[in-house]
Amino acid sequence: MRAPNANEILLQVEGVALAFGGVRALRDVSFNVRKGEIRAIIGPNGAGKTSMLNVVNGFYHPNHGAITFKGRTRAKMQPFEAARGGIARTFQNVALFKGMSALDNIMTGRTLKVRRGLLWQALRYGPALAEEIEHRRKVEEIIDFLEIETIRKVPVGRLPYGLQKRVELGRALAMEPDLLLLDEPMAGMNVEEKEDMSRFIVDVNNHYGTTITLIEHDMAVVMDLSDRVAVLDHGVKIADGTPDEVKRSQAVIDAYLGVAH
Amino acid sequence: MIALGQFLEVLIGGLMSGVLYSLVALGFVLIFKASGVFNYAQGAMVLLAGLALVRALDLLVANGLPLWVAVVLAIGFAAVIMAATAWLIERFVIGPLVNQDGLTLFMSTIGVTFVIEGAAEMIFGSDVYPLRLFPTDAWFLFEGLFPGGILVNKLDVWGALIAGVLVAGLAVFFQRTKTGRALRAVADDHLAAHSVGIPISWIWFVVWLVAGLVALVAATVWGTKLGVQFSITFLALKALPVLIIGGLTSIPGAIVGGLIVGAGEKLAEVYLGPSIGGGIEYWFAYVLALAVLMLRPQGLFGERIIERV
Amino acid sequence: MLYREAGQFKATYAEDMAIFPIRQDRIALAVLLGIAFIGVPLLASFRIWPFRTDYLLWAILLPFLILALAAVGTNILVGYCGQISLGSGAFMAIGAYSAYKLATGVHIPLAWLGFAIAIPPLPVLASILLGGLMAACAGILFGIPSLRIKGLYLAVATLAAQFFFDWAFLRLPWFTNYAPSGSVNAPELDFFGMIVRTPVERYLLCLLFVTVMAVLAKNLVRGNLGRQWMAIRDMDIAAELIGIRPLYAKLTAFAVSSFIIGVAGALWAFVYLGSWEPLAFSIDRSLELLFMVIIGGLGSIMGSFIGAAFILIMPIMLNVIPTELGLPLSTQTITHLQFIIFGSLICYLLIKEPHGFARLISIGKEKLRLWPFPY
Repeated sequence: MRAPNANEILLQVEGVALAFGGVRALRDVSFNVRKGEIRAIIGPNGAGKTSMLNVVNGFYHPNHGAITFKGRTRAKMQPFEAARGGIARTFQNVALFKGMSALDNIMTGRTLKVRRGLLWQALRYGPALAEEIEHRRKVEEIIDFLEIETIRKVPVGRLPYGLQKRVELGRALAMEPDLLLLDEPMAGMNVEEKEDMSRFIVDVNNHYGTTITLIEHDMAVVMDLSDRVAVLDHGVKIADGTPDEVKRSQAVIDAYLGVAH
Repeated sequence: MIALGQFLEVLIGGLMSGVLYSLVALGFVLIFKASGVFNYAQGAMVLLAGLALVRALDLLVANGLPLWVAVVLAIGFAAVIMAATAWLIERFVIGPLVNQDGLTLFMSTIGVTFVIEGAAEMIFGSDVYPLRLFPTDAWFLFEGLFPGGILVNKLDVWGALIAGVLVAGLAVFFQRTKTGRALRAVADDHLAAHSVGIPISWIWFVVWLVAGLVALVAATVWGTKLGVQFSITFLALKALPVLIIGGLTSIPGAIVGGLIVGAGEKLAEVYLGPSIGGGIEYWFAYVLALAVLMLRPQGLFGERIIERV
Repeated sequence: MLYREAGQFKATYAEDMAIFPIRQDRIALAVLLGIAFIGVPLLASFRIWPFRTDYLLWAILLPFLILALAAVGTNILVGYCGQISLGSGAFMAIGAYSAYKLATGVHIPLAWLGFAIAIPPLPVLASILLGGLMAACAGILFGIPSLRIKGLYLAVATLAAQFFFDWAFLRLPWFTNYAPSGSVNAPELDFFGMIVRTPVERYLLCLLFVTVMAVLAKNLVRGNLGRQWMAIRDMDIAAELIGIRPLYAKLTAFAVSSFIIGVAGALWAFVYLGSWEPLAFSIDRSLELLFMVIIGGLGSIMGSFIGAAFILIMPIMLNVIPTELGLPLSTQTITHLQFIIFGSLICYLLIKEPHGFARLISIGKEKLRLWPFPY
């Protein structure tokens, strides 16, 4: 199943620069994501990794550069456009809807697939009910997949952090995305939780064939999971390649360990 | 010349009453800056301060004290009441609600408004109480230039003077005193302030106290103009659009916003009112604020907010 | 012991998604509806206690039903979508005056175009529903700022609606058909030939409206649109990134909320008041509705009903209980006490239980399910 097609490029980011006032978060960064692969972006704190994801799904608008997604090139993405195009996302600090249950949170991920409008939903009868049940069935599949059956009706605010991360992944999966952006999916987790999450990421990639781009600090995890790794430092891409290539790169070693001047 | 004279008179009258809005708006800005609370209760605090002041004053004068002694004592009494109110609010409402979102805090201040209004009227009575601290007659300026001169209320001038002194005083308090610096630190980031040892609940008490004293000052002017009565709380509601126009975090904004609203609504009333049925003053400020919100959401002097995830 | 769900298994998602998945709740609801639709009208028709006089119907049940409906509308906007509104009273007024104009015939002279728009008087039912629709349009209009501004700023935008419409209905004589006193009278309540006159008929009419609209509202909030609203409320940025359009979610919340409030306003004017002045829909009404929602429970349809009941019954209790105890309070004291109690209750609930009485009830039910064991 897992056979990245080297010829088919899903996302191409070309010469992106982003500045906040005087702070240059990204400088002329280019990289691509191939269909079906797991792509990692790593780098020290403040390297611009999260900014990069924000540019990809349209939350930040770059000052320069172009983003080509599914063959369409734009100077910037819009959040809604990105979502409709099939880009889903999880966040560094879990961004769930605190007042809703785990089930409802994941159900929100189905929004773009809902066809019946306001009046039908108000009646909730016949085709509208059938549609709602169909979405529920899809969501229950995801709940099974992520092994969170027992907490489906618990308000997410009451869940422990690890489970919240899982629900957030579920919400992103409910969108049936083509490209899944994961911002530090394992931050703050213990070893077992990290193992679980790694398994889910690999399974999502295998089972649904979803292309994944992730940011992660745990090098062991990154090197194990990903097909290719891009390294950012101070908003500049300093290395890009397979995990082995990146490991050997002098620039990367310098960025992480510091270099004698 | 008559037209110009009338225009100037309306403009000056509007600017002066705008100063009164600014007085109330100042209290809002103080609290919003320091604790992020959008304090709906500021108007109720003006009512409470006014009632405490006027009732104490009447009682003291009736007992034969000389006027100036009575005034000093009554102002002291009202200040104590405002301090007690500030303490109660901090202790029982704002303290427990720390870290809640702005909407919850806002709704809680609506609750506070009702408690203050109910309690104030229950304790001090619910009639209209005239207050005479400032002269209420008028000057007529430039009588040689315009027929009949331009009417300027002395009270309005007093109000403007007081507002000026108040702003200067607050500026000194914020910039020069230790408490003022702590206040600004809390306003920036209350957790960080807490971690360097600034006592937050004390600071918030001070903020509410200062806002209460600003309310007291506003009450002296408003009370002299209209008598101390319940409808003061409605006039104080106009401080909300003033804030939106000026920017929620800016003290100069509160002043300029007040002037714009005051002058704007008077001019609109006089020049547009007759053609559409009059009473424009009732909504002008709000609709103006709405327009400002659409064009410049952070207000004229506010800071732009950058969102992150 | 009665409240057990053991043995009630759900075999389909449809069953699991029912409004009341637990059998005991369904029975309780059926009983309640039975009392409301059959019991009350029967007792009232034969003037049996507590319906010896019309007091209970007129002064409590009728306003309760209509205000509960308005509270449901307010709750959709404030509780579900998280957009604060201090202008609910204005939207009630828009519903009421639009319905009035439509029921008495609309005539808009367009002198400069040389003709006039004239709509003949419409039937009462159509007027009420179209009144709601007008309120929905106004809601969308005043909801547009919510796309650029958030939270507190929006409160001022809704205040603008409140004060502007207060003024418009008071000062623009067109709305009141040039009535010299500014007060207007509702048309005869003719529903397909049935004339609604007596308190019992009025009660049944409102009950029907409220039941139907509450069910539709409940369906919306538990469907996809409701989830979109709550997503916007809880974290609007994340909502946008998973494909929820803030424009659509917020404006539908404004529209649905204002529609319900507008219909409630039309009912309030036509069925309850009969003749009214703009004062009936002032900012006090807006705050009252907001209080109902906070006290009853933000984000709960049932909570809106509980909140409305509480706000209506509280002043009556303050009047009755001290009198029974031999310490009658003056009207003024009651008003002040009411202010203090509502205010402190709001603060208390926001601190301790932001989901209001509705949450307290569901906690109670949780406990009841486990009773006599604590866990």
